[in-house]
Amino acid sequence: MQQERRAFLMVAGRLIALSGAASLAWDAVVAGAPETAPNYRLTDHWWAMIVDIEKCIGCGNCVRACKAENDVPREPGCFRTWVERYQIDPEDFEHPKVDSPDGAYEGFPEIAGPTERLKIFFVPKLCNHCAHSPCVQVCPVGATFESPDGVVLVDKARCLGCRYCVQACPYGCRFIDPRSHTADKCSLCYHRITRDLTTACCETCPTGARQLADLKNPADPIHEFLRTHKVNVLKPQMATGAKLYYNGLDGAVR
Amino acid sequence: MGGRFRDYEHVLRVAAIFVLAFLGFMAVRAWLVPEDFGVYGFFRAGALDDNRAHPIVHAGRAACVECHADVVEARRGSRHEPIGCEACHGPLARHASAEDDTKPRRPDARATCVKCHETKAGKPAGYPQVSAAEHAPEGPCTACHQAHSPRIS
Repeated sequence: MQQERRAFLMVAGRLIALSGAASLAWDAVVAGAPETAPNYRLTDHWWAMIVDIEKCIGCGNCVRACKAENDVPREPGCFRTWVERYQIDPEDFEHPKVDSPDGAYEGFPEIAGPTERLKIFFVPKLCNHCAHSPCVQVCPVGATFESPDGVVLVDKARCLGCRYCVQACPYGCRFIDPRSHTADKCSLCYHRITRDLTTACCETCPTGARQLADLKNPADPIHEFLRTHKVNVLKPQMATGAKLYYNGLDGAVR
Repeated sequence: MGGRFRDYEHVLRVAAIFVLAFLGFMAVRAWLVPEDFGVYGFFRAGALDDNRAHPIVHAGRAACVECHADVVEARRGSRHEPIGCEACHGPLARHASAEDDTKPRRPDARATCVKCHETKAGKPAGYPQVSAAEHAPEGPCTACHQAHSPRIS
């Protein structure tokens, strides 16, 4: 009698536990599959990018390509990517002089005055596609989000244009599109990377200073790169989970 | 009439208000929240497809190589070989997909080169750079250099 009761409890317990799990799975099944793209599985990717500052020549190819690819307006402050030039006096590295004329759309003019004593380099900037993004946390309507494959995207149909995310981004990567009055930012060329193409900026970078990377792909050279180079992300103290890895990042860069 | 009945009538009224408010809330919520909201997280799953729907503007070098085998050959082993075609020739997805038969325009054989190769403070050491005004005051760079294989041997 005792044995029978134990057996009954085991079976009943299993049934209850399994039906819970099955009902959770069923929710996902009923919701349908938005992954309509052939051969692209959201769960197989975790996108990131490598920026090699030591290779950047400040030509502005990435800025022009990004504007053309993503239909970014040619207006002040509207950049999905831009390049900054740092001029640092080695004895006063806490006060770097930074310029980025028109986001380096036409490259950089020559620096007026002597440059021999300065440390000068170019830093390409774009969305850091943070895994724990402050911009996502502040959006009141769920119009900006971290996609399951690690890209921070904007839902233009839902965005109210409240600008919370523009202020929340510690890297200044967001702007309000003057045509739609909604937030806009680098989408890591989501329409390209989900179709086996690299981003427009990586495609047109002449020196390979930018490399799209997929952290979930074991064959991706990023793993070797991260192991063999001294890389860092911008503002690591903010714990944003940034996935834009800079090689040769000077401490003066913010 | 007994006082007992009046007491529980007013409880019913309050309960009815609560039920109506709840139903109203559910109706407004169903109207405002898209059906696919929350499938992956606090966002509309369809927004992923919206982002993917953007048209492709840069074809990518794999598309160029399909037709322009002669250029592939010309670039082989040159320092310009790793560079994407559209870095100099501009975005050409429409050309590659033959949506229109307009030929891409030839890049300016001086301005295009100078954009990368003009001497400028801040470029990495070892990067090939010249002062165009001193190196060749005028004329196209292609007078001496082949753009696809620039070294003069």
